[in-house]
Amino acid sequence: MSSIYKKKKYVFLFLAPAFVFLILYLYYPFFVNIYGSFRQIKSLGTYGTKWNTPFFKNYLSLFTDPVIWTSLKNTLLMIVATILGQVGIALVLSLLVDNIERGTQFFRTVYFFPIVISATALGLLFNLIFLYDKGMLNQFLEVLGKTDLTDWKNEENAILTMMIPVVWQYVGFYFIILETGLNNISQELYESAAIDGASRLQRVFYISIPLLRNVLCTCVTLGVTGALKVFDLPWTMFPKGMPLKKTFLTGTYMYYQTMEAKNVDYGATIAVLIVVLGVLLSKITRTVFRESEDY
Amino acid sequence: MKKNRIGQLAIYLILSLWALTTIYPFFWVLENSFKAKDKILQQSFALPIGDLFTLSNYKRAFERLDIGRAYINSIFISTCVTIGVMMLAGLAAFALVRFRFRLKKFCHTMVVAAMMFPVFATIIPVYTMETSWHITNTSNWGLNMLSVILPQVAGNLSFAIIVLMGYVQSLPLELEESAHLEGCSIPQIFFKIVVPLGKPSFVTVAIFSFLWSYNDLFTQMFFLRRPEMRAITRLLNELTSKEGTNYGLMASAVTLVILPVIIVYIFLQKYIIKGMTAGAVKG
Repeated sequence: MSSIYKKKKYVFLFLAPAFVFLILYLYYPFFVNIYGSFRQIKSLGTYGTKWNTPFFKNYLSLFTDPVIWTSLKNTLLMIVATILGQVGIALVLSLLVDNIERGTQFFRTVYFFPIVISATALGLLFNLIFLYDKGMLNQFLEVLGKTDLTDWKNEENAILTMMIPVVWQYVGFYFIILETGLNNISQELYESAAIDGASRLQRVFYISIPLLRNVLCTCVTLGVTGALKVFDLPWTMFPKGMPLKKTFLTGTYMYYQTMEAKNVDYGATIAVLIVVLGVLLSKITRTVFRESEDY
Repeated sequence: MKKNRIGQLAIYLILSLWALTTIYPFFWVLENSFKAKDKILQQSFALPIGDLFTLSNYKRAFERLDIGRAYINSIFISTCVTIGVMMLAGLAAFALVRFRFRLKKFCHTMVVAAMMFPVFATIIPVYTMETSWHITNTSNWGLNMLSVILPQVAGNLSFAIIVLMGYVQSLPLELEESAHLEGCSIPQIFFKIVVPLGKPSFVTVAIFSFLWSYNDLFTQMFFLRRPEMRAITRLLNELTSKEGTNYGLMASAVTLVILPVIIVYIFLQKYIIKGMTAGAVKG
C-alpha cells in the first residue's frame, strides 16, 4: 500500500465518529438489553431497581407464555411465506420478463414501486381493502356473485390477511435482484442450447435456474432476515395482536410487552430471543443454501 | 411461429396481472379519497365524478391532522439522518480501505457484525440512555428530533460503510498518489478526490438512508410521542387507532402521504431501485 496512508492521526480522526455511533447505539445497548432482561424494570427509561427473583424469571416465563409460542409460530410462517411467496413469485416473474423484448423497464418500475411506500401507509390502505362491511375485496366478491361477506380479519383468516400485503410489497425487490442475475447469464449459452434442441422450458430448468443458484441463495438469506424485522405493516393492520392475540409476530409482541403492557424487562427478554432466533436461522440458511463456487 | 406468439401473449398477460396488483390499489385509494364514506363502502369501483365527487375528506384531513407539520418533521429527520450517514460512513470507509493499522481487521469485523443487530435488541437501552440525556419526551423540538435522528444514523451506518468501502476499493490509487505529490493533504484528498468521484455511490447511500428513515415506524413509536413531534408514519399510525372508521379521511391521508413519494419515484426510479437493492447485487 502507498506510503501516503500512514499517519495514525487520520485513522483515528476518520474512524472515531462512526465507531462512537456503532458502540454507543448498537454494541453497548445490545449488552445492556441482556442485562435488562434480568432486571425488574417498571417503566421505560430506567434501568430498574432490583434483580428479578430468580434472576432468570423472564426466561422461565417464555416457556409458559402461550402468546410467545403463537408469535414464534407466526414468525416462522412469515419466513416460509417470504421464501415461497416473495422469492417464488419473483423468480417466476423474472423468468417471464427474461423472455420478452419490450416493456422490461416498465415492469421493473411498476413491480418495485410498493417498496418505496411506507409500510404504515400500506397498512391503512390494506385495512380499507380488507374491510368487512365492505372494503374493496368484499365488494369485488359481491360483483362476482358471492352473497355473504367474508371477515378477513377473524381468527381463521387473520394470519393470511396479514401476510399477503407483506409478501406482496417485497416481490419487486427480489424481482430486481433475480432479473439482474438473469441478465448476467450469457446469451450464447441459451443459443447453443437452442441449437442442440433444448425447449424453452428445458433452458429454464437446465440453464437459468442452476446459474441463478447463488443469487437465489442471497435472496433466501435476505428473506429470512427481512421476515424477522417485519413490524410496521402487521402493527398497523392488527394492533395488539388482534384478534385475541393471535397475530403477534416476535417483533410486534416485543413492542406490545414493552410499550402497551409496560412489561419492559419481559420486552427485553423477547428481544434477546429475537437475536437468538436470528443467529440460529441465518446459520441454518447458510448451511442449507450454501453458496457454491462451482459456477 | 404462431405458437410462439400465443406464448408471448400469455407471458404479457401474467406480467400485466401482477402489475395490476401493484398499481390498482393506489389508484383505488386515490379515487376513493374523493368520495364520501358511505359511497366508499358501496361504490368503491365507480369513478368519483358528478355527485360522487367531494373534497370534504381532504378538508377534514387538513383540519384534523397536522399533516404539514408531520411532513416538516419527517423531512427534517430524514435529511439529517442522510447527511449524518453519508459523512460518517464516507470517512470510515475511506480509512478502513486505505490506511494500514493494527486493529483494521477487528474494526472491519465490528462493522459487519453491527449489521446483525435487530433494532428490537437495542431500542430499550437506547431509550433509557437518551432519557438520561433528557432528549426524549421533551417539549424542545430540536432535542426530540435529535433523539430519533441519532439511533437512525447508527442503524444505517454499517450498511453504508460496506457499500462505500466497495467504492473506495475500486478507486485507482495512482490518482491519490499524484494528488499527494502535488501537495494535497489527506483531508484534501478525501474531500477533493474521493467524495466528488464517488457521487453515484454516495447517492445510493443517501437514497436508502432517506427512504428507510422516512418510512420507519418502530423508532418513531418510541421517541415521538408528543402530538406536535409526530412524523408522517407516526401520524398515520395514530390515525388508525383514533379515526379507524372514518374511511374517507383514511383514504385522503394515505393519498397525501403516498403522492409525493410516487412523484419522486417516477423521476428518480433508476437511482432508487439501485439504492434500495445495493449490497444485494454487486455491480
